[in-house]
Amino acid sequence: MRKKRWAVPDENICVSCGACRKVCPKEAITIWKGCYAVVDAAACVGCGLCAKTCPAGCIAIKEAEVE
Amino acid sequence: MKKKHWYDYLWIWEILYFSLGFFNILFAWLGMIEFLLPLALAIFGGNKAFCNNFCGRGQLFQKLGGSCKLSRNRPTPKFMTAKWFRYGFLTFFMVMFGNMLFQTYLVAAGANSLKEVITLFWTFRVPWDWTYTAGTTADWIAQYSFGLYSMMLTSTLIGLIVMALYKPRTWCTFCPMGCMTQGICKIKAK
Repeated sequence: MRKKRWAVPDENICVSCGACRKVCPKEAITIWKGCYAVVDAAACVGCGLCAKTCPAGCIAIKEAEVE
Repeated sequence: MKKKHWYDYLWIWEILYFSLGFFNILFAWLGMIEFLLPLALAIFGGNKAFCNNFCGRGQLFQKLGGSCKLSRNRPTPKFMTAKWFRYGFLTFFMVMFGNMLFQTYLVAAGANSLKEVITLFWTFRVPWDWTYTAGTTADWIAQYSFGLYSMMLTSTLIGLIVMALYKPRTWCTFCPMGCMTQGICKIKAK
């Protein structure tokens, strides 16, 4: 068991500006059809850069135990 | 290190655009690119490639607020990201845009004369007459230039203010163009 942290954007608040995508060091964020940001949880390392940059403040960093 | 693209330097274009307006107001027409390109990309491509890659304004705010540390980097107030505020601001902006078109029409129809001023925050008139020599083009073309440049400068100033107060790209949360293109994308994605 180890801990995994990853970013979770709130698609109801996201304005799909792409600021998060620009700062992501793992290129784990895509803007789904111009509607909202989607994070590839497998690629995300949970660094939190996107959450810090997001002007809408809609990205939360979740933490859970994984296999 | 991520690869830099040519479009990562479009913040220079944004500075250039506002500089040109100090010399010849007719350059303001170039701002139409920033209106039509995002709409075309949203309508035909169903994406926000403009906001995501090509928006010079967003890049400029990110540069000034991020790298140059001119932003307090505080969370954006909740109401600024709320739907009512975003669509309310879009409506207000479109009404003002319509008013600007009407002013242009009045000049074209000969009912009003050309006013060589730019209007900041839809209120404050600033003389701007050195950027235009009467008679260079039709009066309505010049009138539209002054109107469009006023709008561009006003929205950038609002953007700079919220950049300083909150996050670098806080303007993006209620940018009328972003709001409109996201709306189009959401309709198309259904």
